[in-house]
Amino acid sequence: MLEIKNLHVKLEEEDKQILKGVNLTVEAGRVHAIMGPNGSGKSTLSYVLSGRDGYEVTEGAATLNGEDLLGMEPEARAAAGVFLAFQYPVEIPGVGNMTFLRTAVNAQRKARGQEELSAGDFLKLVREKAKDLKIDAEMLKRPVNVGFSGGEKKRNEILQMAMLEPKLCILDETDSGLDVDAMKLVADGVNALRDANRGFLVITHYQRLLNHIKPDVVHIMADGRIIKTGGPELALEVEKNGYADILAEVA
Amino acid sequence: MALAQAKIDAAEARLAALSLPESTGWAQTARADALARLRAMGLPGRRDEYWKYTDPSSLTAPEAPRAALFSDPSDAPVFGEIDRLKIVFVDGIFDAEASDPLEMAGIEIERLDAAMQADIHWAKDVYGVLEARGQSPVERPLATLNTACATDGVVIRATARAEKPVNLIYLHKSESSDAILHHVVKIESGAELTVLENGPAAARFNKVMEVEVADGGAFHHIRTQGRDHERRAVTHLFARLGAESLFKSFTMTANGVMTRNEAVIEMAGDDASAHIAGAALGDGEFHHDDTVFITHDALNCESRQVFKKVLRNGATGVFQGKILVKAGAQKTDGYQISQSLLLDDDSQFYAKPELEIYADDVACSHGSTTGAIDEDALFYLRSRGVPLARAQDMLVLAFLAEAIEEIADETIADEILARLRGWLDRRHG
Ligand SMILES: Nc1ncnc2c1ncn2[C@@H]1O[C@H](COP(=O)(O)OP(=O)(O)O)[C@@H](O)[C@H]1O
Ligand SMILES: [Mg+2]
Repeated sequence: MLEIKNLHVKLEEEDKQILKGVNLTVEAGRVHAIMGPNGSGKSTLSYVLSGRDGYEVTEGAATLNGEDLLGMEPEARAAAGVFLAFQYPVEIPGVGNMTFLRTAVNAQRKARGQEELSAGDFLKLVREKAKDLKIDAEMLKRPVNVGFSGGEKKRNEILQMAMLEPKLCILDETDSGLDVDAMKLVADGVNALRDANRGFLVITHYQRLLNHIKPDVVHIMADGRIIKTGGPELALEVEKNGYADILAEVA
Repeated sequence: MALAQAKIDAAEARLAALSLPESTGWAQTARADALARLRAMGLPGRRDEYWKYTDPSSLTAPEAPRAALFSDPSDAPVFGEIDRLKIVFVDGIFDAEASDPLEMAGIEIERLDAAMQADIHWAKDVYGVLEARGQSPVERPLATLNTACATDGVVIRATARAEKPVNLIYLHKSESSDAILHHVVKIESGAELTVLENGPAAARFNKVMEVEVADGGAFHHIRTQGRDHERRAVTHLFARLGAESLFKSFTMTANGVMTRNEAVIEMAGDDASAHIAGAALGDGEFHHDDTVFITHDALNCESRQVFKKVLRNGATGVFQGKILVKAGAQKTDGYQISQSLLLDDDSQFYAKPELEIYADDVACSHGSTTGAIDEDALFYLRSRGVPLARAQDMLVLAFLAEAIEEIADETIADEILARLRGWLDRRHG
């Protein structure tokens, strides 16, 4: 589904290379986790895949079901099925959460040649999905992420994901700032979306989240490269010994 | 001295190009008084501090610069869906045919001329009176010129809650029209009225509206200034508010090569509330100036100024806003915000917020910002599939939201929103 080949990325404004040859394949139906020390390039990878400005791809490619992602506008990538749950969801004063969600859902449907959802159908769907995530009507009415707690922001990301039904879900440190209960809610939300046609790339710092969202494959990223790939046991090893051993091993 | 003389010469040159309206009785006195005040003040020039960011010359020149007529057949009439009493002026002249009969329960409406011919008229205590009070501490000679020379207008007195809004519609049909209109509004105790205004009015438009709100009265004002690209306008809104009264004014301006909207509001009775807001959208040759002066001279009054401007392609926005809290005006709650959203690097915004406070138990705040579209927010929206143009529009409307929220009536707010969306849509061509 997602194929990343030898991806090299530098900052547009600075002569700073961040990704230095990432190779990664995520198959439909599978959950891949990426772990790694701070500053290793995990968020950068997620931004480059979703189309944020400020990065320059100097080498390599990324495709989604054979389509070249890197040449597409962010909204086209979204319509093609890419979804990024942000590490730091953005606050947008003046834009209602509900209006935002509805605009996004219908824009994607339109881009795919589907009919737009009626106001009634949309409302029904949101209410249902919001309830599972314990997002109340009040939160839906407020401006996007404004005044939301850290946990509320993350749950709001998962709500968007559930509404948009993407093919590739990228979660960037969705566990940071969550208490145990919120983590459980978020993980349940993600697990509910797991199916044979959907791939996941779960970026995390800690093994914690992976107890709830069981990965099929775990990658360790350091200094802009994936330096080790293994099964779920790799996450446990990181949890126990930190990254030092693995870094030493490949050095 | 040379400067003062230049201003006086400018006033004389302007007056020479005008034919002064004939009047008798109280109107003659009011006009003569204004004329004398104008002759002493002169007309503003580029060097005036109060005109630092806006060049008054096209507003003060003896002849109005020509303004091409503009029409967009796809444009439905503003406020067209709202049940209202229409009063139409074409190039500054009342059009009885196009207007509704000047009748509504609880409201007295007359043409200015008719009121001026009456020996005794309530309008005598307002016409030119609020304008004259508004000349201190800052002179506003273009308003004085208006009092002296206005050729038409309406006087409206509300004695009860009006059943529907009064809509002043200003059509522009001549490329060289130079209109001077003066309206007087009196809201009696406990009465309530909404006045809607729309349209470009003329090639050059000088308009004054004086609004006296008695104790417990409520006045709502919503206007859109016509889309004609080349029109010029200077408007003054003078208001004096009695105890526990409410005053709300919102203006949307899209296009227009020159607009200066002044508002002078006096909080004269305790516990009154005045809100004034504006949303201006400028593209290309566009200069828009909001100049507001609010004086608190009573206890426990609230005033709020919310002005937002969206500028692109070299458009210019100006905001001069002052809150003056006089000694003894305790418990004043004053708020002022002026913000611009610059859609490119060519546009500019000048802001001069001022507070002058002589009472010790007050809460006043003001803020002014200039910025571009938030790139993080834009990416966030796009990453959810919202196309670029649509995402930008959402953020522009979000930016304007605080001003639009000042419109109390939901139907009217929706109408304004639709106009704003129309402007944004046209922008994408
Ligand atoms: N826009 C940017 N400007 C400056 N430095 C950046 C920017 N984006 C990423 N970096 C740098 O790139 C490196 C990788 O960052 P990031 O992708 O956020 O890592 P991670 O998510 O693994 O912690 C860091 O050194 C970070 O400071
Ligand atoms: Mg990160």
